[in-house]
Amino acid sequence: MFRRLELEEFDTSFSFEGRPVSAREGENLAAALLRAGITALRRTPRSGGARGPYCMMGVCFECLVTVDGEPNRQACLETVRGGMIVEPQAGAPEIGR
Amino acid sequence: MSGPHKTGFAVVGGGIVGASVAYGLAARGESVTLFDEGDIAFRAARGNLGNVWVQGKGVGLPAYADLTRLAAKGWDDFARELGAESGLDLHFRRPGAFFFCFSEDELERRGKMLSDLEAGAMVPSGFEIMDNAGIRKLLPEVGPAVAGATFCSDDGTTNPFHLLRALVTVFERRGDYRPRHSVESVSPDGSGFRVRTPQGEWLSDRVILTAGLGNRELAPALNLSAPIRPVRGQILVTEKLKPFLRYGISFIRQSVEGGVIFGESSEEAGLDDRTTPQVIQATAKRAVAALPLLAGAQVVRSWAALRVMSPDGMPIYAESADYPGAFLVTVHSGVTLAPFHAGPLAAALSAGWLESSWQPFSSDRFRVPAS
Repeated sequence: MFRRLELEEFDTSFSFEGRPVSAREGENLAAALLRAGITALRRTPRSGGARGPYCMMGVCFECLVTVDGEPNRQACLETVRGGMIVEPQAGAPEIGR
Repeated sequence: MSGPHKTGFAVVGGGIVGASVAYGLAARGESVTLFDEGDIAFRAARGNLGNVWVQGKGVGLPAYADLTRLAAKGWDDFARELGAESGLDLHFRRPGAFFFCFSEDELERRGKMLSDLEAGAMVPSGFEIMDNAGIRKLLPEVGPAVAGATFCSDDGTTNPFHLLRALVTVFERRGDYRPRHSVESVSPDGSGFRVRTPQGEWLSDRVILTAGLGNRELAPALNLSAPIRPVRGQILVTEKLKPFLRYGISFIRQSVEGGVIFGESSEEAGLDDRTTPQVIQATAKRAVAALPLLAGAQVVRSWAALRVMSPDGMPIYAESADYPGAFLVTVHSGVTLAPFHAGPLAAALSAGWLESSWQPFSSDRFRVPAS
C-alpha cells in the first residue's frame, strides 16, 4: 500500500514482533512499518481493537509501540536505528515494572 | 422574526450545574428551556478533575458540610439512574480517598480541622488519620515524603464529560435544549422575564441563572448579587496506564480509561485560562512526591480551567427579593453537588421558592453592614 517515492535502498533493519523489517537508518519508524505492510501497531486498552498510524504528526497517539522495552512510544515520532526492537503495544502498559 | 418564544423555566447556562437543574426540573414535568453558550464558554464543567469530594468541605458553614455529605451519599443512586436513562456509564467509583499531608504539622492541623467539622455537622462522614506506614498498607505506591493522610470513604470520582453529556442527553428528550445560544441579557418583563439571544427572545415565567462566571454580568439586572471570581487550576494527564491506583488522592486520580489526572493549583489569574510552565512543573513534582512511580509516566496533555469561586468558596442559592421567580445558582462543586441540584434544588425551584432553610446560602452573607 505504501512505498518510497525514490528507489528503495535499505541499509539497515530492525525487528517488529520478532520479525525483521528492512529500513533506512534515520527514517521515520511509523513510515517504515507502513511500508512493510504493518498497519496494526497496537491493541486498545478498552476494546482490544487494532490501531495504527493515523495523524503521523504526534497528536493522535494511535501508533503506540514499545521500543527497546520502553512502552507507549509514538512510532510517528521515532527514528529508525539499526537493531532496535519494536513490539506492538498491547493495551495500556503497567507502570513501575 | 416571529414573536418571542414562551417557556416556564429559562435556565441560563448549560454546564454541569445548569444541566443538572434543567434535568431535575424537566423530570418534574416543568416546561424548561436550557440555554448553552457552547464550547466557546469557559466551561469549568470541561476542565475539572472529576472528584466527588466531601473531606474538609463546610468549615465555617455547617449547612454546607451537610449539603455536600447528602449530595455525595446520593451519588450511587444518581449515577445508576442517570446512567440507565442516558445509556452512558458515568464512571462513578467510590473506593474512598486520601488527602496527603507532607509534614507532621500539616497532618495535625488537618486532623483537628476535620474533627471540628465532624462535630458541627448533622450528617456524619467518618474519617481516619493515618501515618505513612498506615497509608502504605492500603496504597504501597505512596512516597516517603508523605507524612500522613486523612482518609474518607465518602469521597469518589466520576467522568465529568460523561456526566454533562448524560444530563443533556436525557434533558433533550423532555425539554428544549438550545446549544450555541449565548444569552445577552435577562430582564424582568411583567410578572415574568425576557431572555435575549442573538437567535431571538424568550418570555419565561421563571429564570434560573446557572451561567458560572457569566452570572456576574447577568445578575445585576435582576437585583441579584453574584460576587464570584475566577480561580485558575492547572491539570496534567498522563498516557493511559494499566489501573494501579486503588484509591483516590485529593489531587490525583486514575480515570477508568487509565490516564492519571492530577492538579492542585489555585491562582488568581483573571480570565486567563492558559497553563504556565512554573505551575505545571510544581504540580508534576508534587505528584511524583506523592507517588514516585509517576516519574516513569509520560504526560500527554495539560490544561487550565477557571473555578467559579464565591468569597467563602461555598454555594450561592438565592431568589431575587425584587423580582420573585428569578434565581441565582452558583457553586464551584458542580460535580459533587449534581444529585442535589437535580433533586432537592430542582424540587424547590419547581415549587417556586426557597424556604428559610436556604437562607445560609443567600448572598446576603457577603453584605457588609453599613456602620
